[in-house]
This record gives sequence, structure tokens and C-alpha cells, in this order.
Amino acid sequence: MTQARAVRGAIGVAGAIAIIELVSRAGLIDETALPPASTVLTRAVGQLGDADFLKSVGSTLQAWAGGLLLAIAIAVPLGLALGSIRWLGTASRVVVEFLRPIPSVALIPLAIVVFASTTNVKISLIVYAATWPILINTLYALRDVDPLAKDTLRSFGFGRLSVLWRVTVPSAAPFVTTGVRISASIGLVVVISAELFAGGGGLGTYLSETQSGGGRTDLLLAGALWAGLIGLVINTALVWAERKAFRWHAERTEATT
Amino acid sequence: MSIRTPSADRTVTGAAPGGTRPRRPVGRTRRFGTWALSRIWLIAGLGVLWQLSARAADNPYFPPPSEIFPLVRDLWFSGPAGHLFLTEKAIDDFTPSLAHIFAGWIGASLAGIVVGVALGRSRTATEFLDPLLQFGRAIPPPTLIPFFIIVFHIADSMYIAVIIFGVIWPVLLNTIDGARTVDSVQLDTAKVFGVSGWLRLWQVILPAAAPKIFAGLRVSLSLALILMVISELVGSTAGIGDHLVNAQRGFQLPEMWAGIVLLGILGLLFNGAFVLVERRVLAWHRGALRHEG
Repeated sequence: MTQARAVRGAIGVAGAIAIIELVSRAGLIDETALPPASTVLTRAVGQLGDADFLKSVGSTLQAWAGGLLLAIAIAVPLGLALGSIRWLGTASRVVVEFLRPIPSVALIPLAIVVFASTTNVKISLIVYAATWPILINTLYALRDVDPLAKDTLRSFGFGRLSVLWRVTVPSAAPFVTTGVRISASIGLVVVISAELFAGGGGLGTYLSETQSGGGRTDLLLAGALWAGLIGLVINTALVWAERKAFRWHAERTEATT
Repeated sequence: MSIRTPSADRTVTGAAPGGTRPRRPVGRTRRFGTWALSRIWLIAGLGVLWQLSARAADNPYFPPPSEIFPLVRDLWFSGPAGHLFLTEKAIDDFTPSLAHIFAGWIGASLAGIVVGVALGRSRTATEFLDPLLQFGRAIPPPTLIPFFIIVFHIADSMYIAVIIFGVIWPVLLNTIDGARTVDSVQLDTAKVFGVSGWLRLWQVILPAAAPKIFAGLRVSLSLALILMVISELVGSTAGIGDHLVNAQRGFQLPEMWAGIVLLGILGLLFNGAFVLVERRVLAWHRGALRHEG
């Protein structure tokens, strides 16, 4: 069953590669705009030996990871603090709903003017963009914690912090991790956007530089291929970790639906 | 309440027993008042704090809101009444931006729903395409902006292509998921009663998939706004993004803040309008859930 699925998937990928190859070789689309798939794949392998490219990817991932960790460090405690106080939680959900729709990339020009160093530009933008999904998931998760469980523990004489630690945190954790996963992909979008526009190293800068020297679309697409693979690996890893850590949660929600 | 003459009371409440009714609206207003106040006090307080701290800091990078908001009005919303109060600049800035975002979002939505329903009804086809779809979704959309600039040059088609490519994935994958999990009893029932294919699609499959489709549409709308801005920043020939670029190059901080506030207002409006439409279209769904629960 799963084997048939994997085979079909592989056939699909091979088919797509073949179609791109044919379209390009037949000249349906200008070869400088869409190079043959085989060329792109060769370039992608070649990029593994290109120190310049690897440094760019490293710089992007470093800013991304740093920004995401900072956002988690800010949003989770803030969400727990605001969400466990009822009257504060209601009001802060309104604030978050108000600020969240502001497109984070609109802040790129401001960040460039305010921060001299491009690393700070990138990290501050990731922190801004990645904080909202985590914060909002934490706030809503705390609102939906089973009050019966909390009351039960309280009536058995457990203190406020103890209830927070034994009931609230475990029941909110799966939602918070979902927020982290959303933030991870938004963070990647924001960091590459900032690098495209502001320059200063990283994958985005690498990609925009490939087109300045007469337009090397083969390098550009090979870089995009790696970006997609990195995104895929990050997402798969986070989904896997989520399932592994919160198997009880998945089982429970599956049982109820 | 007791000061009122009985006759006046009767005209309002008719035959209502013992004057309980006229009091109710007062209680309701008060309850609405506390409801609204318990939600709004923090954001209002933060607004005041922003104003006061910006005033106190007197930093050219962070102008106070009392300077930013009037500037938003002057720049974009102080035109003649015949133009809906939009200024020339507003028409120049908004037309390309809104055209790009809606052409891109609506195009991606239609394509995503059509292809998604087709794939969702065919398990085999989905299995062939699944790795490609997962990969397509994983590519951070701005990555391909330089590629689309080469293919389309800096033109409307470039902006729209960037948005379509970036936002189609949430719609497509959610529609596949929604169309796949249609209740088979419902489908079989429709088949037994001789409901034709198109009608089945329209009456059974699409309504069942609608909640998931709407979730995808909402994600893609906010992503479309992000991509509209970043493609205009990079392309910088037109639109609100171009206003931001010019403000940055000219070091005009208040103008830049005004642009950010404008985009924030746009984001809020899109989100609000979407929620209204979603509530209307999915009203039956929430009703059904309530009955089950």
C-alpha cells in the first residue's frame, strides 16, 4: 500500500522532470528563462561544492533559527502570562487580532532604516512575524483548557502554579507547537524576502545576484530547489516531532471526531 | 422608570406585564458596554502609551501616531468627494496593488478549488502528484520572485504570477483534503437517487469541503497581501510597496510609517470582510455543528 504510494509519487516526480526537460529542449519556452531540468539538477548538485552558496544558506538558516527561538522565548511566556489571567486574556486577544493582519514585510524598509546591521534587520523581522502565530495559538489554547480538569485539581488542593504546570501547559502544548510550525514557515518567507530586498548575504541575496550577471536562471532555479527542500525538511521534521511528542493528543482528537 | 406616566409606558410596551420590558434594553446596553470595554481597554491603552512614549522619546525614527494618522489621511484620503475622498496618489497607489492582489488571489483560488476537487475525488491521481504538491508548498514563495522577473519582466503579469504561485498551495491542499473526506454515505445516497454528476458536485461535494476550502482561502489571502508587498518592494514600479521604497530612499520616516499603517488597515479590512463572508456562507455548517454538540 505505502510502497505503491511511494512508487506513484516517484513516477509523478520523474514525469514532472521529463515534462520540464522536454518543454525546454523543444524551445516552447526560451531556454535562458527555463533551462532543461537536467541542467538545473546538475547545478543543484554542483552548488553543494560551492562555498559561496553554502555560506549563504548557512547565514539564512542561522538568522531564521535565531529569530524563531527568540520569538518562542517571547511569545510562549507572554501568552501563558496573559492567557492565564482571564480579563487580560480577552483584551490581549483583541490586540493580537488587530496587529496580526499587518503584513510583516511592510516593515522591511523601516527595519533597514532603523538597524544598521543586516543581521539585525533579518532577526527583528523574523521575531516580529513569528511571534503572532505562537502568541495567538497560546492565547486561544489557554482559553480552551478544560475548566473541569482545572477545578478538580484545585479542589484537591493544588496551587495555582501547580495547576498551570499539570493541566494548562500539557493541554495547550499541542496548539502552541502548531503555532511554532506556522511561524517556522512564515519566518522562512520573511527572511528570504528581507534578503532579496535588503541584500547583505543569505540565500535571498544569492538568488537575486544570480540574475544580475546576465541572468543565470539555472543557478536561480537550483537555489530555489534547495530552498524548497529545506522548507520541506523543516516542515516534515516539525510535523513528525509534533506527532511523536503529542501522540496522546492526536489519538484523543481522532477518537472524538 | 417610575416617573413615567402609565400611558406613556403602555405606548411603548403594549400589554407587557409589570414594566419589566422597558428595563431590558438598558441592561442590554450596559452588558454590551462592559463586553466591549473588557475587550477594548488594552488596545486603547497601548495606543495612548504609543503616543505618549513617541512624544517623550522625540526620536525622528518613531514619530507619534498623532503625526502618522493625519498623514495617512492627507496622503490618501483627502481627495474630492466625487472620488470617494481618494487623492490622485491614492488612485495611483491602490489601483495596481489591489488589481495584483485580487487577480492573483482569485486566480489561485479558482485554480486551487477546481484542481483540488478533481484530485480529491481521485486517490490515484493524488498519490502521483503528492510529493510535487508538498514540494511546491514548501518553496518559500519570495524565492521565485527573481525567476518571475526574468520570465515576465517587471509587468503586471509578474506580480500576479508571484501571488498565484505563492498562494495556490493552501487552497489546493485544503480542497483536496476536504473533497477526499466527503461522507461516502451521503455520496452513495445522492447516487442512488439519481443525482447527476454536476449536481452531486455542487450539492454534496462542495458544501462538504467548504469549511476546509475556506480555511485555505483565508490563509492564502493574508499570504497574498505579504507577496503583494514584497513583489512591489523588489519590482518597485507601482503600488503601495513602491510608496514604501520611495519613502525609504528619501529617508521620509513619517511617510514610511503612514505606508505601514495603511497596509495594516488593508490587512484588517481584508480579514474582516473575509470573516463576514465566511460566516454567511458557512452559517449552515456552524448550525450543524451546534446541533451535534
